[in-house]
Amino acid sequence: MERLPKWADVALVPLISLLLAAIIAALVILAIGQDPWEALTVMVQGSVMNAYGWGYTLYYASSFMFTGLAVTVAFHASLFNIGGEGQAQLGGLGVALACLFIPWPHWTLALLGAATAAALFGAAWAAIPAYLQARRGSHIVITTIMFNYIAAAVLIFLLVDVLRPDGQMDPATARFPEAAQLPTLNEIPGFNLIFTSNVPANVTLFIALGMAVVVWLLLWRTRLGYAIRAFGKSEAAARYAGISPFAIIMVAMLISGGLAGMMAINNVMGEAERLLQNSASGAGFIGIAVALMGRNHPVGVVLAALLFGFLFQGGAELGLWTKIPIEMRTVVQGLVILFTGALDVMVRMLLTWIFNLFRAGRAVKGAA
Amino acid sequence: MDYATLLQLLDTTLRLATPLLFACLAGLYSERAGIFDIGLEGKMLMAAMASASVAFLTGSVWVGMFAGMAASLVLAGIHGVASITFRGNQLISGVALNFVASGITVLIAQRLFGQGGRTPPLAGDARFEAITLPLAEELRGVPVLGPLYAEVISGHPLLVYVALLMVPLTWWVLYRTRFGLRLRAVGENPAAVDTAGISVVGLRFAAVAITGILCGLAGAYMATALQAGFGREMTAGRGYIALAALIFAKWRPVAALWACLLFGFFQALALRPDVVEAVVQVKVPVPFLDALPYVLTVLVLAGFVGKAIPPRAGGEPYVKER
Repeated sequence: MERLPKWADVALVPLISLLLAAIIAALVILAIGQDPWEALTVMVQGSVMNAYGWGYTLYYASSFMFTGLAVTVAFHASLFNIGGEGQAQLGGLGVALACLFIPWPHWTLALLGAATAAALFGAAWAAIPAYLQARRGSHIVITTIMFNYIAAAVLIFLLVDVLRPDGQMDPATARFPEAAQLPTLNEIPGFNLIFTSNVPANVTLFIALGMAVVVWLLLWRTRLGYAIRAFGKSEAAARYAGISPFAIIMVAMLISGGLAGMMAINNVMGEAERLLQNSASGAGFIGIAVALMGRNHPVGVVLAALLFGFLFQGGAELGLWTKIPIEMRTVVQGLVILFTGALDVMVRMLLTWIFNLFRAGRAVKGAA
Repeated sequence: MDYATLLQLLDTTLRLATPLLFACLAGLYSERAGIFDIGLEGKMLMAAMASASVAFLTGSVWVGMFAGMAASLVLAGIHGVASITFRGNQLISGVALNFVASGITVLIAQRLFGQGGRTPPLAGDARFEAITLPLAEELRGVPVLGPLYAEVISGHPLLVYVALLMVPLTWWVLYRTRFGLRLRAVGENPAAVDTAGISVVGLRFAAVAITGILCGLAGAYMATALQAGFGREMTAGRGYIALAALIFAKWRPVAALWACLLFGFFQALALRPDVVEAVVQVKVPVPFLDALPYVLTVLVLAGFVGKAIPPRAGGEPYVKER
């Protein structure tokens, strides 16, 4: 049995996985008595056929880029950071504190400050599981899951008992001051020609894209990135090369947590403009799907984030215009993770088998 | 806090610990066989939806319970195929199935009943009723122990007692049967099991199937005994608490019982912040009580409360030849 060519491994495997997930999703829609074709049309119409839809798709995609990159960096150190959700919520706390308690003169400075705070808070939340993994051998998957729940409890406590302004009923902080509000795409000269109505996508999109470049540079163009990848491939070899496992685990998780935390400048600062309960609303988990689908490469992550932005916005449209509940997008998300992350061996076996059929066919012709 | 309040708390503890116990033992079989399963949550949710739906449609809680087990087994089967047959990443498979379950339960319930993703309330034979154990009323007069027996131990749905019985049964299966020995061996050193001519794949699938059945019972209990029907995300992270309890118990059945009771007690406390306040004399925020099981688990994992050493081959797919 020959191996797959590289292009097939890079491009075809995720596409086939996606196709399989889509087929199952279509069967699910059929099973609940709805029309998959109509569902797809509604999703496409509502998310990518007009500027307003794109405004939402890009907004979701910006969040997913951050969390997807977060999972990617950790994956390269062979760490599965499932705690993006908690780290993003803590990042939201950082953003809220920075926006509420520092009088920013202009949004650009506010953005810089809030992004730093978000990254620091997210990284801090990842630091404890990282330390426990590096020094005490506690499994990072379990500790980060636990930290998601602890983060949720911490935020509920802070929002209900500490940060909630007097006389307000819902558990949320006060609204951020005017100077700490980010311009949305329809407020940016040039883009306002395309986005004529108010959309949630904001300048954070460019920061997300910038972070993708930074992560690429970090992983493939720096000494540290090399150390992270070497450690991820083989801990023993990395150790032999003088790379400290403790340092790599800590650094990789801090970067990962920082990226997940930075997501908050998109949803908390850019959209809600105050910190709400459950602010990350699942984007931390979608980061897993995005990283898997994007094959742990920043370019792939950006593309996969766009795909999930489409799924998220399209899924919301489904909930609005059809009888398919909005939860359909959770199903699709799960299916994509299943096929790209857990059944990738199956997809690869399938493809190799098909390729060998073609090869055998060509060999027969060649002999004749 | 008076004795009556304590009994009330313990009664709630037992009721809330039961789904944790089923799920925890479920995870124990799987993880002892070397298959990590963070999909307990999804299987419980799936079983809760299936059991409540079928119990409502047929009017029989028993049919509902078996439907719940079957639904949970389907997910367990997918997890088995992904992680045993195709040697996929067990953690990712578990995460994926949790998402699938979270969404598809609402889709199915909405399709069946059109009530916003929940089932209609169950009543009568479609629910597990509380059982009064023999002599509960007669012994109530006995000081201290009488009310304990009548209030806490007696008066629960059947599945509570089934869950409690599963503990010694699991202990016996694991430590006193040939199957249990092999199951534990396959989680520690599958190559040795393979060399002895026993199927690693077969054993692991058996373990995953048991996990499915027990998660099915956990979900059925949630929807047809603890509550009267299914609601979206009704398991509310219990699968993860059960996982935490499993680590807390260091993958041992009897310790799992105590861990689940402890975490059930925290959940019961979170329902009664007034009692907590009266006892410790300071206002304890409810989120703090909610977070306690997770914090404790992290402490255990960190090795501050004894060291938790997972089964050695856990999470690694078995490859016959290298």
